[in-house]
Amino acid sequence: MNRARIIWRKSLNIVMLSLTGVAAFGVVAVLFLILGYFIYNGGHSLNWAFFTQLPKPTGETGGGMANAIVGSLKLLFLSALFGLPVGLMAGIYLAEFGGKTFAYIIRYTVDLLNGVPSIVIGIFAYALAVQPVKHFSTVAGGFALGIMVIPITVRASEEFLRAIPNSLREGAMALGASKWKTIASVILPAASGGIITGMLLSLARVAGETAPLLFTALGNQYWSPGWSQPTSALPLMIYEYAISAYDDLHRQAWAAGLVLLGLVLLANLGCRLVMNRRGVRGV
Amino acid sequence: MASAAQGNDPTAARITPKVEKVESSEHSATASKKDAPVRFQISHLNFFYGPKQAVFDVNLSIPAKKVTALIGPSGCGKSTFLRTLNRMNETIRHSRVVGDIRLDGQDILQMDVVALRRRVGMVFQRPNPFPKSIYDNVAYGLRINGYKGRLDDLVEHSLRRAALWEEVKDYLHKSAFALSGGQQQRLCIARALAVDPEVLLLDEPCSALDPVTTAKIEELMFHLKDSCTMAIVTHNMQQAARASDFTAFMLDGKLIEHSETSKLFTTPHDPRTEAYITGRFG
Amino acid sequence: MATTATSMDRAVPPEAGPRSFVHRLRHGDEVAHVLTLMFAALILLVTSLLVFILWEKSHLSRAQFGWSFLWTSVWDPVFGHFGALPFIYGTLVTSVVSLAIAVPLGLAAAIFLAELAPRTLSDYIAFLIDLLAAVPSVIYGLFGIFIVVPLMRTTIGPALKHTLGFLPIFSGPNYGVGFLTAGIVLAIMIVPFIISVSREVLLTVPRDQREAAMGLGATRWEATWKVVVPWARTGVMGSIFLALARALGETMAVTMVIGNDPKIVASLFAPGYTIAAVIANEFTEATGDLYLSALIELGLVLFLMTFILNGLARLLILATERGGGRPS
Repeated sequence: MNRARIIWRKSLNIVMLSLTGVAAFGVVAVLFLILGYFIYNGGHSLNWAFFTQLPKPTGETGGGMANAIVGSLKLLFLSALFGLPVGLMAGIYLAEFGGKTFAYIIRYTVDLLNGVPSIVIGIFAYALAVQPVKHFSTVAGGFALGIMVIPITVRASEEFLRAIPNSLREGAMALGASKWKTIASVILPAASGGIITGMLLSLARVAGETAPLLFTALGNQYWSPGWSQPTSALPLMIYEYAISAYDDLHRQAWAAGLVLLGLVLLANLGCRLVMNRRGVRGV
Repeated sequence: MASAAQGNDPTAARITPKVEKVESSEHSATASKKDAPVRFQISHLNFFYGPKQAVFDVNLSIPAKKVTALIGPSGCGKSTFLRTLNRMNETIRHSRVVGDIRLDGQDILQMDVVALRRRVGMVFQRPNPFPKSIYDNVAYGLRINGYKGRLDDLVEHSLRRAALWEEVKDYLHKSAFALSGGQQQRLCIARALAVDPEVLLLDEPCSALDPVTTAKIEELMFHLKDSCTMAIVTHNMQQAARASDFTAFMLDGKLIEHSETSKLFTTPHDPRTEAYITGRFG
Repeated sequence: MATTATSMDRAVPPEAGPRSFVHRLRHGDEVAHVLTLMFAALILLVTSLLVFILWEKSHLSRAQFGWSFLWTSVWDPVFGHFGALPFIYGTLVTSVVSLAIAVPLGLAAAIFLAELAPRTLSDYIAFLIDLLAAVPSVIYGLFGIFIVVPLMRTTIGPALKHTLGFLPIFSGPNYGVGFLTAGIVLAIMIVPFIISVSREVLLTVPRDQREAAMGLGATRWEATWKVVVPWARTGVMGSIFLALARALGETMAVTMVIGNDPKIVASLFAPGYTIAAVIANEFTEATGDLYLSALIELGLVLFLMTFILNGLARLLILATERGGGRPS
């Protein structure tokens, strides 16, 4: 063997392997970098006013995002209402009742839905919930987000239900429980932990979505009473303020971003930790 | 239609002529116990997994308040046979039962399956307690069947029958998974007993357990006999010899021999039975 | 209730199996089956409706422009001339740039995590990278506008111009926003997907492959690059397709840093436009049915692009899982 060639190969080995390490830690560093910037730029703007006041008219400094926070909560509530039951029921169907072909079609459709760009979902929600009534609304936004909640919920429900061993089903049926009773009183409770974490993860995902809201909930400078008026939401505000020309609004955008980022990361952290402890792969 | 009302003796009598064509041993067994009430009467049972037949023309009676053991090599169909008795096989797609199975004279295939499973309980090979507390496990069957009355008393009663009460009475609200394997299996027995079944089917209940626990379970079977007919599938011949009153030997899906345990193990009629119990195969 | 006991003479024995199983099904079970089935069917309905709406609402535009919509580069709302080319171009360019950055980076990181790092460290880092995948798009956009854009304007841009300025892709003025900036931000967004899927796929490569290579005297790197990665090649490709599909549909972060100019230019420093960005910006401003219809047709194009890519990605990942053993 050529001595020089061996040295070359060995050096290449060390260089390339080190580069992979650099890449891995570099990517992780980006996460902390982003977090750091948000804390640095947005932290000092998180005051009482931020959480309780409405936005001030353009040009004036100060004000807060109270309406956006409430709006986001309302939208989350609606999306949970529309999407979680559908996702859970479909997941139960796939895990407990499904026949071969129809179940395959459903799974494929769920995957398809999951891959649809969020802006296209926005178009869909616009066509169904805004165009017919000729005005933007919270409900339309909730509907759009609800659709996005479905795929993750279906997958989580099905996976965690399937993970329950058949011996439990047999045990229940041998005691005289019918199939639906077995599911309701043994299988679902056993899988509930994982299913709930999956649901929380799906909600955390839609909490940060902006695109589907652009032409459904639209945004609102003021409070949005009820459900049929346009509403502001945290991601929408971040977007509007970030692209505006005013430094004060930029400052508020950072603060709002920090809040949103913090909530989403906390929710994900919590859910994934719980799932890892159960020894199940994340969704 | 008459059989439904009468049940025991006439059914046994009607069976006997058919038995003459098959094995004389069964004739003698049934004849000597002709006056003992029979819980289960199985005639010409054939079972199919899709196109594949697993049980061939089995005729068997399971006497009341006795323990009947089913022995045979792996894959001989004894578990499949046992599971037809509470129709658990119906959960398998494309399975088919052909034949006549009567519980106290009633055709179980015509019965409401949930009602059947209340009367015929099952204990499985591996303990399968629910992820609930000990108390809730035992109470489960009672709750879903809408039993009224004091749950606490019924739970205690079942745990006593399963010889587990003393060990868990202070920990009823702990998770069932905190128990050892042997305790979990006794919990499953308690759970099955809670709904007061007439028959208890046990599918190799001790195969995952150690000898000491096995002995405990065999002992509780002995005490349970008076209130509960039992049928136990086991691949452990010593267990069959120790714990049962009647033994049925199956091979390749067919019932080869069925008689009182003592007789089967000392003077088996069929050469295949003898080969199996002397350990030449299986 | 019992039938006659002479089973030997029984004409038709009661058969257990599909027909009588359903016959004996308890009422509650039937209800549960139908109920859950209906919800599952609802998903099917919603998705079909979505495709239908995209098709239907873009009818005006499709009828007006036909296939030429795809290669017309005029976007003139005033005179009603609409063409998708600038946006398709922008979408593809930003995605390609993001892949060019994210694939080497992501694959390298995945190799590190799958091959070199001890399992616990690998799991921790993979966990953190999964968190990165959960960060909302608008957060990346904010980060992009205020951190990456100035960086591009002051540091990265001039550096590239200084070294590679002779290349057409690095020619022209640099305002900070543009294809390259969008590509960088997109890269950060899609790299977690590449890492996560590639890492899993690499972990399924059987031990003996590595051991055989190293037993022949290969260095660790050689064993990895020449044996392990090729084995997982299809799965890695799948992860790239998946990341690409994600990049194509990305809206907010891109809108905030791309400059919003529907032009087809060679320079990466130039501002551009993507399909998702133009829909986001102009949908609520669209005057007239044709305008709206054109935008929706763009949405249809985007949907089809991601649909095909996602399908291919799943096929590829499936192929690796089948051929290379079961994933953990």
